[in-house]
Order: sequence, then C-alpha cells, then structure tokens
Amino acid sequence: MKDIIILAIETSCDETSVAVIKNGREILSNVVYTQIDLHKKFGGVVPEIASRKHIEKIDLIFTQSLEESGLNFSDLDAIAVTYGPGLVGALLVGMSYAKALAFGLGIPLIPVNHIDGHIAANYLAFPDLKPPYIALIVSGGHTHIIDVLDYGEYEVLGRTRDDAVGEAFDKVARTLGFPYPGGPYIDKAAKDGNKEAIKFPRTYLEKDSFDFSFSGIKSAVLNYLNSMKMKGIEINANDVAASFQEAVVDVLVEKIIKASLKMNHKEIIIAGGVAANSHLRKRLKEEAEIHYLDVFYPPMSLCTDNAAMIGAAAYYQFKKGIFANLDLNSVPNLKL
Amino acid sequence: MKLKIKSLLETEALGNIISKKLKEKSIICLTGDLGAGKTTLTQSIMKGLGIEEYITSPTYTIVNEYHHPKKVFHFDVYRINDVDEMFEIGFDDYLNQDAIMIIEWADIIEEIIPKDAIWIKILYTDNIDERLIEITGMDLEEHYENFRD
Repeated sequence: MKDIIILAIETSCDETSVAVIKNGREILSNVVYTQIDLHKKFGGVVPEIASRKHIEKIDLIFTQSLEESGLNFSDLDAIAVTYGPGLVGALLVGMSYAKALAFGLGIPLIPVNHIDGHIAANYLAFPDLKPPYIALIVSGGHTHIIDVLDYGEYEVLGRTRDDAVGEAFDKVARTLGFPYPGGPYIDKAAKDGNKEAIKFPRTYLEKDSFDFSFSGIKSAVLNYLNSMKMKGIEINANDVAASFQEAVVDVLVEKIIKASLKMNHKEIIIAGGVAANSHLRKRLKEEAEIHYLDVFYPPMSLCTDNAAMIGAAAYYQFKKGIFANLDLNSVPNLKL
Repeated sequence: MKLKIKSLLETEALGNIISKKLKEKSIICLTGDLGAGKTTLTQSIMKGLGIEEYITSPTYTIVNEYHHPKKVFHFDVYRINDVDEMFEIGFDDYLNQDAIMIIEWADIIEEIIPKDAIWIKILYTDNIDERLIEITGMDLEEHYENFRD
C-alpha cells in the first residue's frame, strides 16, 4: 500500500509548529519554534506570548520541517491544520498557510481539532495502541476525560467547569514565588514536602460526575498563604506544594480510574503538559495496577503543543475522506 | 462607589445585578489579586446574561468567546507582558464587534482600554470571606442597600 504523507500545521496558541507524518504513526519531522530557539537560551521550553507572532516564524518553521523530512512538495498527500479551539488570530495564520499550500499543490486540506491532536499524540509514541480507551487531557488550557470509541470518535465524559489543572499549578506556583510555567517547580518542591501537612479541599462535584473544578483549591491555597501571612507565620513552600499536588492528583486519579471502570476500558492514555507531573504518573500507575489497567504517556515533546500530533489525527480523517474546502474558518471555541 | 460582599451568594447577586445593566459594547474591567474572585464574579455576570455553558478560565487562551444568547468575549490578560501583544491577537477586532467584553487583570493593559469602560476592583479585607468592591463607570446606587455593611 502506498504511504500517506501529511504535512501538518499547528498555531492555535503559543507554539508555531510544522510536522511531516507518515501513515499517522511515524514522525519524519516535527519542528516547534519554542524548542529550536528558546530551548538553548533558557535550557528549557519557555512558552511566551511573543511566540504568538506566528506570522513571522511560520515560513522558517515550514522550510525547516520539510527539509528535515527529506521530502519534496510532490511527496505530500495532504495538508492538515488545527482549526480550533484556540486564539482566532493565531489559528488564522496556520490556516491561511495551510490553505495556500493545499491550493497550490492541488491536494486535500484536513481540518483537525486541537484536542483530537493531543489524543492522537499517543499513536506516534505507541505504534500498537488502538481505540477504545480512556484519555485524560491535562494542560494549561484543557482538562478533559474522554471516552475514545474509535479514531476520531469521542465522547467527552467530563471537563473542567472553571480553571484547567495546569493553570491551577501555574498560579499556585506563582504565589509560592516559583518561575513560570510553575508546574515542574511544584513537582520538584513537593518531593521535599509533607503531603499531609495542610488539608486542602478535594472537589469531586456531584456523585458520578466526571467534571472537574480547580478554582476552589486554588483559592484555598491562596487563602492559606494569606492567613499565614496575616498571622506572621512563616510558610513551608515544600509542604504547600506537596499538599496542593496531593489534593489535585487525588481527584484526577479517582475520576480517571472510575471512568475507565465504568466504560470497561483496559487502557488509559494521558496527554497535555501536566502529564509530565511525576506524582500524577506514580499515583495513577499504582492505582491502575490494582484494577489491572494499563497507563500510557507520550514523551514530553508530544505532550505540549506540536504539529506532529495534528498530522497523526489527520491521517485517520484522510482515510475516512474528511476534508475541508478552502472556505474553512477557524472556530475559537470548537468542541470535541 | 464601594460595597462589601460577604459570601458567594452575594457575589452571585452582584453579578446578576451588573449583568442587567450591560448592553452591546459594554466593557467590564476586573482587577484584584489572584484568588480575589474575578472569575467568580465573571461567572455570575455571564449567568445573569443567560449563558448556560461552563465559563472556564481564559488564562491560557487569553480570550474565550460566547455567542448564545448574547455575544460575550471573556478576556484574561494575566499572561500579557506588553500591550503590543494584544494587537497581535486582534484586540481591535474584538473591540469593534457588537459584543459585551469582560477583561480580567485589565490594569495590565489599561492604556488601550476605551475611556467609557466600567472598572471593578476586588480587594481582600481582614476577613478571609469578605471582599471590598470598588466600581467606577456604572451606577448601582439603587441596589446599594443590598450590600451595605
């Protein structure tokens, strides 16, 4: 069978990224702007608003990505692009670029949902992974529990009603004086802290609900810090980090395990930046083993926003013939 | 004007009252420390406007759009470092639409906020469950009784 080569573009938020993907499973190239430039400068991936200047970067990223793939224009079978959810201005840059390419090359344009991409990231990391399974998407902007029925077929079982989990991590980190993004610093500080030190609330919402709410715990941490300050008591940042993290992980783990058992799936996949949290990984693995469930995490480079995951999701749409016309519009509040 | 709110219920009541006074092109600017209750007040205003979806935080996405039953743009400019970034994400285009705008952390981009905007400042008090609310650009005198000390 002929190989299907898809060039994918992702510009929904902070990252400008272009990837070339073979048969939905193999990465020929995956260039993300923040990783090639700022990585060296700061020794890590630093999401910054200025990287929203997608328009200045996309040509460079595209050229580098095609070059790294070792392919030519004529090898491409389709162009895929994120059309939502995200920032309208950011989405439009990738979309215009993708449309021009598809039109110029006379090949199909594939519209991809960003969340679908996060799920599909796992197909790149685990060649044998197949639906059905349960997916937990945890990032700065998203918190979803999804029943993945088939490629591109989903039922959203739960999502946050206020703050995304990554955002709660970042805001608590900031009040503890850690740099942005603060998730990794909380993870690190928590290792030296006592997770039983402070009893922060766990918000489970209604019985049987798979929805989340993280604004309560964020406020509880801030209130705790304020009241300690007023009383003149010095806080132990490691204990606060550990206690906060424990509360959040308790809720995430309980809900994802419950969802897997309810849907009778044997596999759980995790994606999004918070999937890198070591305590979440450890606790989920322990809990999953008790119930004979397998847990999969893609590598960090595929957890944060990237175009490779968009190319992976696009492959399954290509096979089903789900294409867009050139009048495709971005949908900032696109739902799964 | 200044008023005090002492509970989540009062926040919801205030949000509902504010929502009834908004029209197309109204801009609400919310300021206050992390955890003061900007998002909670926003959720209450949105509920008053008849929006039934979950009002999730736009900290990461900068703006969330709602289209039914009213057009509302919910901004959170917490991550913005420079006002130029607002123009890069099309802030002008949002301003030019017939929509209600709610902007959290608006003080960060004060220089580009239209003059007729309504400013709501939420301040902590010594009491952990209480907030002092300062409103400029909107008259709520007739409701003042509800929130007096």
